[in-house]
Amino acid sequence: MDPAAAKLIGAGLACSALIGAGIGIGLIFGNFLQGALRNPSAAPAQFPNLLLGFALAEATGLFGLVIALILLFVKL
Amino acid sequence: MIDWFISAAHAAAAEGGGHHGAGGFDPMHQFAINRYVHLKLFGYDASFTNSSLWMVMGTGLVLAFLIYSMREGRLVPTRMQSVSELTYEFVANMVRQNAGNGGMPYFPVIFTIFVYVLAMNLLGMIPLPGLGNFTVTSHIIITFALAAFIFIGVTLIGFYKHGFKFLKLFVPSGVPLILLPLIVVIEIISYFTRPLSLSVRLFANMMAGHTMLAVFGSFVVGLGILGGWLPFAFMVVLMGLEILIAFLQAYVFAVLTCIYLSDALHPGH
Repeated sequence: MDPAAAKLIGAGLACSALIGAGIGIGLIFGNFLQGALRNPSAAPAQFPNLLLGFALAEATGLFGLVIALILLFVKL
Repeated sequence: MIDWFISAAHAAAAEGGGHHGAGGFDPMHQFAINRYVHLKLFGYDASFTNSSLWMVMGTGLVLAFLIYSMREGRLVPTRMQSVSELTYEFVANMVRQNAGNGGMPYFPVIFTIFVYVLAMNLLGMIPLPGLGNFTVTSHIIITFALAAFIFIGVTLIGFYKHGFKFLKLFVPSGVPLILLPLIVVIEIISYFTRPLSLSVRLFANMMAGHTMLAVFGSFVVGLGILGGWLPFAFMVVLMGLEILIAFLQAYVFAVLTCIYLSDALHPGH
């Protein structure tokens, strides 16, 4: 295979890390809403944890994106 | 790393020109470092770049705002003063919640880190006439320097406070003896990847966000005045999202610093 083509395919595959990030973010907000509707009075106190969890889940997907960007733009 | 970005931007510019014909669009161009004042110190390149300019602007704005808003120090705060006090209270609560009252001596450094990252993230959202747009935190060298500084500092605090008992951090209590060798190795690896994950999280978020903004911005330009309104409306939403992300990442950076500090202060947990 042409190395340039392999690089592009690899970059595309690396972006599949965002699948997991999407699932994770969905789980976090979904579960937060479920919990918040069951006990609305306890919800505001957990809002910082929600944001923290969102950022941590999103970051794992972005690590994959960084791999894709390295494959595309760094001369190996 | 800076050279890497310059060469990456050049390579992307060269490729983009080939693919898109006239007026080739390049979402990576915004990350290019331009030297304004060439300067060499002891064989190192210490030029004053656009990155330096943005850092000076951000730090200057924050300093000017904090000093100006707190110049009277009233008991009943003015509007500006209450913004400063809100920021102070926000970070102080964060330190108290995550690192306990023992973390309060380190409040100034965490406040500085939070305000610095926040200022850099938000300043990157504003395009300046004549200078263009630049986000300092979208370069891994900046975020890694911050994270490495935090990592080394926190480790030193841990050893200074607890001596060799600090190593208890790697041996969680209540783990079966058979699992212990495995757990210790995992704990040590996770400890040493902290600066990497802390820096890559901020860098990747800012870089991905700004690349996305550039790509959607090119849709607006590409579709012209008739069809460009739909991506333009989407751009407005994305801008809001990016401002949220700018706050969120500064918050997460500071919270994780607090958590690492808490680990150094109370390694037994």
